[in-house]
Amino acid sequence: MSKLLEVKDLHLKIEDAEILRGMEFSLEKGEVFALIGPNGCGKSTLAYTLMGINNYHPQKGEILYKGEKINDLKINQRAKKGITLAWQEPARYQGVTVREFLALGLRSKGEEVTEEKLRDALNKVAISPYQYLNRFVDKSLSGGERKRIELASLILMHPELIILDEPDSGVDIVALNNIADMIKYFKDSGSGLLLITHSEEMLQYADKAALVCEGEIIRQGDPADISEYFKSFCFPCAKEEDCETEVAS
Amino acid sequence: MNDYEMMVDAYKDAGGDDIFSDSEVAHVVLEQDRILGMHAVEGLEVEADKVEANKVRVKVTVREGYKIKNPVHMCFGVLPKEGKQIIDMNVDIQKDAQVEVRADCVFPNAVKVQHIMDAVINIGEGGSYIYKEHHFHGDNGGVEVIAKSDINVEAYGKLVTKFDLLKGRVGKIDFDYEAEIAEHGTVEMLARISGQKDDLIKIREAAHLNGESARGILDSKIAIKDQAEAEIYNELTADAADAMGHVDCTEIIKDQAVARAIPIVDVRHPEAKVTHEAAIGSVDSTQLQTLMAHGLDEEEASDVIIQGLLND
Repeated sequence: MSKLLEVKDLHLKIEDAEILRGMEFSLEKGEVFALIGPNGCGKSTLAYTLMGINNYHPQKGEILYKGEKINDLKINQRAKKGITLAWQEPARYQGVTVREFLALGLRSKGEEVTEEKLRDALNKVAISPYQYLNRFVDKSLSGGERKRIELASLILMHPELIILDEPDSGVDIVALNNIADMIKYFKDSGSGLLLITHSEEMLQYADKAALVCEGEIIRQGDPADISEYFKSFCFPCAKEEDCETEVAS
Repeated sequence: MNDYEMMVDAYKDAGGDDIFSDSEVAHVVLEQDRILGMHAVEGLEVEADKVEANKVRVKVTVREGYKIKNPVHMCFGVLPKEGKQIIDMNVDIQKDAQVEVRADCVFPNAVKVQHIMDAVINIGEGGSYIYKEHHFHGDNGGVEVIAKSDINVEAYGKLVTKFDLLKGRVGKIDFDYEAEIAEHGTVEMLARISGQKDDLIKIREAAHLNGESARGILDSKIAIKDQAEAEIYNELTADAADAMGHVDCTEIIKDQAVARAIPIVDVRHPEAKVTHEAAIGSVDSTQLQTLMAHGLDEEEASDVIIQGLLND
C-alpha cells in the first residue's frame, strides 16, 4: 500500500541558491512527522514546494502523494486531492468575514455549508462563534486568532495531508495548547501531518522527526533523540566540527 | 405594468428593499424627468419639480432638531435604452437634524444614457447626513454618470457618503465632490467600484478641514480588469489646530487595466495631521495562494479577495 506522502531526492534552486538538496522522507496516514531545523535551513521552502506554491517548482526529485507524482499539479489541484498548507503567517482578508472564510473550504469540496458545522469547527479551536463569525479576517484579528481560524477551516476541509508551517510561532500559551490539541485531533481523524518547526518543544507531538540543515535531512528518527541532538549541536551550530559525521559514527 | 412599478422592480432587482408602501419611510422615485412617487414624513420635506426637459430639481430639508427614524429612499433612473436625467439636488440638514438617505440609481437597459447630478449640500451645526448611493448599470456599459457635489459641514456636523457600483458595467463615471468642514465637523467619503471592459472611472474627492478638530477620511477601493481605466484624485487639506485626516486609496488591477492614484495632502497648521496610503497592484499572492490551498481555483480566489476588498 502506498504511503501518504513520499519525497524522493528533492532539489530546489531559486535563482542561483540551492535551497533543497536531496530531501528524502515519507509520511503515513495518521502519522505526525516533524521537521526541525534552524531558521533559513529550507523548512518553509519545503512546505511551499510540497503545496505547489508559485516559483517553488523542484528541478529534480519526486513528490508522491498516495503513490501519484504530483510535481506538476497546481496548488488547488493538490488541495482537491486532500493536501493543504497552514501558513506560518496566515493571510489577512479585508472585507471577508470568518463565516465566509470558513465556508470557502466546504464549498470547494462541494459540501453543504451549515451554521452548525461552522460553529462546531470554531468551538473546537476555542474561538467563540458568537463573537467571531461576523468579524473580518483582517488586521483586527491577532496572529494567534488567525491561526486558530485557519485550523478551524482545516477541520471543515478535513484534508488527508496537512502541512503545518511553524504553527507555534507568534502564539501565546493558550493558543499553543489549542494547537497541540488540534494536532492530536487531526492525527486521530486519520490525517497525516507534516509539522515544520524550529522549536524542539513541538517535537513531543510527533511520531517521528527529522533534522534539516542547509536543505538536507541530516538525521531522522525518534523525536526525543532528534530533539536532544538539535539542542546539543545546533545552538551554536556545530557544523565546523562536522557534527553529522561525529554523531553518525 | 406602469412606469412606477417598473422603476420599483428595477430598484428591487438592484438589491433595494421594498419600502415604497411603508408610510413611515420617506421616498422619491424619479424616472428621467418624471416624478413617479414622493412621500415625506414628519420633520422631513421633499420637493421635486420638473424644471425643463430631462431636468428635475429636488429639495430635501430636514428641519431643526428632527432625527428621521427610517432611512429615506431615493430611486433615480432611466428605463429605456437611451435617455438623459439631470437632477439638481439641494439638501438642507438643519441644526441638530439627522437623516440617512439610501439612493439607488438604476439604468438596467442603458445603451446610451446620461445621468447628471449636481448637488449642493449644507449640514447645519450638529447635523448629520449619511448618504449611501448604490448604482446598477446593466451589462451594456452605456451609462455616463457625471456627479458634482458642493458640500458644507458646519460646526459639529457630520457627513458620510458611500458610493458603490459592484455589479454590471460602469460605463463612464466622473465624480467631483468637494467638502468644507468647520470646527469639530467630520467627513467620510467612501467609494467602492468594480470596473471591466472599457469602463472609465474618474473620481475627485476633496475635503478641506478648515475648523479646529475637524476630521476627514477619504477612502476609495477600486478593482478593474480588461481594458478598464481608473483615476482617483483624493485631496485632503488641513489648516486648523487638531484637524486630522486620512486618505486611503487601494486599486487592484488585472489584465490590461490601468489605474492611477493621485493623493494630495496639504497641511498648513503645525498641530494638524493628515496621512495617506495608496496602493495599486494585482491581487496579493499570499492571499491568493492561501485560498487556492483551500481548493479554490485562481479565478475564484481572486474574486473572493476583490469582493472582500470592495465590501470592506
